Amino acid sequence: MLLGKLTLDAIPYKEPIIVAALSGAGLMGLLVMALITKFGKWGYLWKEWLTSVDHKKIGVMYIIVAMIMLLRGFADALMMRAQLAMATDGHLGVFPPEHYDQIFTAHGVIMIIFMAMPFMTGLMNIVVPLQIGARDVAFPFLNSLSFWLLVSAVILVNLSLGVGNFARTGWVAYPPLSELGFSPDVGVDYYTWALQISGIGTTLTAINFLVTIIKMRAPGMKLMQMPIFTWTCTWANVLIVASFPILTGALAMLSLDRYLDFHFFTAEAGGNAMMYLNLFWAWGHPEVYILVLPAFGIFSEVISTFSGKRLFGHTSMIIASGVISVLGFMVWLHHFFTMGSGADVNAFFGIATMVISVPTGVKLFNWLFTMYQGRIRFTPPVLWTMGFMVTFSIGGMTGVLMAVPGADFVLHNSLFLIAHFHNTIIGGAVFGYLAGFSYWFPKAFGFKLNEKLGKAAFWFWQSGFMFAFIPLYVLGFLGMTRRLNHTDNPAWDPWLYLACVGAVLIACGIGCQLLQIVVSIRDRKKLADVTGDPWNGHTLEWSTSSPPPFYNFATVPHVHDIDAFTDMKEKGEAYKVPQKYAPIHMPSNTATGVYIGGFTTLLGFALIWHIWWLAIVGLVGIIGAMLARAYDNNLDYYVQPDEVESIERAHFEQMGIDVDNYTERDAEKPRRGSRPTTTA
Amino acid sequence: MMRNFRPTRLLWGLSPVLAVLLSGCQGGILDPKGQVAADEKSLIITATLLMLLVVIPVIVMTFLFAWKYRASNKDAIYTPKWSHSNKIEAVVWIIPIIIVACLAVVTWKTTHKLDPYRPLDSDKKPINVQVVAMNWKWLFIYPDLNIATVNQIAFPKDVPVNFRITSDAAMNSFFIPQLGGQIYAMAGMETKLHLVANEAGTYKGFSANYSGAGFSGMKFNAIATETPEQFDAWVQKVRASGKALNADAYLALVKPSENNAAAFYTTPEPRLFDAVLHKYMAGRQSLAATDDELKLAALTKRLCETPAVKEQ
Repeated sequence: MLLGKLTLDAIPYKEPIIVAALSGAGLMGLLVMALITKFGKWGYLWKEWLTSVDHKKIGVMYIIVAMIMLLRGFADALMMRAQLAMATDGHLGVFPPEHYDQIFTAHGVIMIIFMAMPFMTGLMNIVVPLQIGARDVAFPFLNSLSFWLLVSAVILVNLSLGVGNFARTGWVAYPPLSELGFSPDVGVDYYTWALQISGIGTTLTAINFLVTIIKMRAPGMKLMQMPIFTWTCTWANVLIVASFPILTGALAMLSLDRYLDFHFFTAEAGGNAMMYLNLFWAWGHPEVYILVLPAFGIFSEVISTFSGKRLFGHTSMIIASGVISVLGFMVWLHHFFTMGSGADVNAFFGIATMVISVPTGVKLFNWLFTMYQGRIRFTPPVLWTMGFMVTFSIGGMTGVLMAVPGADFVLHNSLFLIAHFHNTIIGGAVFGYLAGFSYWFPKAFGFKLNEKLGKAAFWFWQSGFMFAFIPLYVLGFLGMTRRLNHTDNPAWDPWLYLACVGAVLIACGIGCQLLQIVVSIRDRKKLADVTGDPWNGHTLEWSTSSPPPFYNFATVPHVHDIDAFTDMKEKGEAYKVPQKYAPIHMPSNTATGVYIGGFTTLLGFALIWHIWWLAIVGLVGIIGAMLARAYDNNLDYYVQPDEVESIERAHFEQMGIDVDNYTERDAEKPRRGSRPTTTA
Repeated sequence: MMRNFRPTRLLWGLSPVLAVLLSGCQGGILDPKGQVAADEKSLIITATLLMLLVVIPVIVMTFLFAWKYRASNKDAIYTPKWSHSNKIEAVVWIIPIIIVACLAVVTWKTTHKLDPYRPLDSDKKPINVQVVAMNWKWLFIYPDLNIATVNQIAFPKDVPVNFRITSDAAMNSFFIPQLGGQIYAMAGMETKLHLVANEAGTYKGFSANYSGAGFSGMKFNAIATETPEQFDAWVQKVRASGKALNADAYLALVKPSENNAAAFYTTPEPRLFDAVLHKYMAGRQSLAATDDELKLAALTKRLCETPAVKEQ
């Protein structure tokens, strides 16, 4: 009774693969903790990072979580490719369905919810307030809470590896398979509660950023003058606010079915599984645009910066993103043309879907005409962007093909579909985040990333992508359906082997990126960005130092142009030493987010295992932490001008500006730390 | 710069190998054996060609612009402030709109023509097959011929086959790639599919929607016979098996099992398919007005007595 459904059998100590994976992860964790203890960094970690409400630090933590989960999700991918390369012609491979079905479910959930979303949110956190000249987000504590809710969900998903099991339903968890009748164990409950918790965090983040963008722009920055990345994030956040509540509702109903014998989606007693499909995709389709729109913004920033040009068709880009967002909300049914809707309904949703390719096509052309008559420097971010333009064109095309119901009837659920959405999510969203990662890395950390390894990573990823997914297009044509555990068609074998090679190439790409981070930290002096503007950037984030001071801007910038910082540089207003500094109002750090995240983890775990007393403890803890926060008066403070002055002085001196004998003309002198013009 | 193109070169170098691999396309959706599948294949090709009109220029322009406007090429024009052109904007909006408009017309027409619910045009009398997806096998009932099979169906070539499809388990998708599109099989609901084979042969059919542990083995053969006589012979063979598909046999069959071989049954319980559908409506007696309906309700109730899918 005390432990609910939890028994010793829930621990898979008899499974050698899981035990090895768990002990590996455990050893890594112990090693990291030992190192922190050895260098006495626990206090620093707690005060400066875990309890921080600074959007830049929260952003960095989001990306760290995303990268850890990338490794986990990619390990799943490698296992799947290995299984399918081995389990041909009557062989059963190494993973029985019991195990394999958890792997592909976890892979999908992790890559979308716990890799791509936090990566996107992390970049948005670091960049958006800087781009609009704000000192932080509108609700800094809420931002910290969102992050800790994500961590809580991540903990639950990873716990499922060692305690109980994960869902064996595919990442969509369609009922009735995900109902008690077919999935009586805790797998689906891990799934629903992890998604619920992270979904609440995502919704709060979106509200936070919409308010930030609407209320906290620097003076002079009109809406249509906002940088394009901020704009695409705005659209993505609008989509989040509109669509995530649908997911919350659908999962809540599924939970009611599972916990309280409701019949929303069961086959019997008047339930209807197709309701779930509609609701799931009414969230799920906007979700892919939530992932890809910010990536589009990153490509726009990258291509205009490294072409040394203004972005072509800024207004057109904003409108195109808006059209994509609105239409993206009206096409969900194309995920199940095969449900048996009438021809009129299918045709409507098919055509609505292909209309989205118009604004997307416009974006591609706008990037091309940004490159046109530019001076393109082939840095890693540009390689990712060009790789994206080619790869995504193909992915977009196959997507429109599947929007034609007549074609979808034979392509649906086949490996062609798998190839298509990896083509858009890897070739679109992930390439974008990786471009953004190397583009904004110097801003966040004060030094650039090693370019050689960055390029190597790109080529491994790009070629690995081709090898891994072009074969899946072919396999789709050859009639291979998704989520098979083993196959018996000799014609498929060579393609399955090729796809496995592709996964190994991508693994090399990921290896290069990890190595790139290590090497760059080693060479950080050599790669240092002293000016804060390593790429000759256009927007406000480059006008402050790298890394920016915790208050972002000593004096709030005034904006007169879309490319606000280019405008300042041209008018000689950049790098001006202010006469005096004013006190800066900043939010205080708080541990409330950590506590609420911790209690939420307890609550989630207790609900999954039906340990009701623990659920009450978790719930009371959450409410208690919220009340404590409500009565906390230590919410904010003022940074005094002398502190600001000393931080700014250090930055100016690093750039070679003599603050004491400063004249207006000094601002136009060339800076130390030359800006690269060609790096190809 | 050139060294950056090596992976592309590698792909070109491999292209003969790829061509050999692609020649083994038999058995897939690009190797249709029926009118529906052939129409769907030609639709895929038409739509792809239409889209390539935009996609190829984009890919070519990407490489062209990147090469021409590389930073080291100081001869190229550089216009850092140029960021707007009404002409270009008009072209980049209008060309995709025209192509999508063409594609939309194609989509509207083909979606109606290839609607899985639309009976096929034919002067031959169609064969009716009722399909029940189970954990993890397919039950096929030929109501007019009074036979039933598991994991095997047959029909003469050129004769349309009308499928009525449901599920007595999780959701599945009924799919014979070489004959045409798929449709979901859902408990408590009926979907329809109309297919025809125009060439004799044995075609692979399977579930195209993951439904749990035994999903990978949920396969069947669809045999299109050369002549009606061969089909009749097949029907006789099924009848000769002599196993009756009454309610008890059905309840035994619906228990989860994996990798089932083909099995034959005679004299399926009348209206068995309807009872399977009604089972998920809890066999409402109130709907039964006629004798026939009463019998159906009784059978439904019988099937409900042992809810085989519940594992608890």
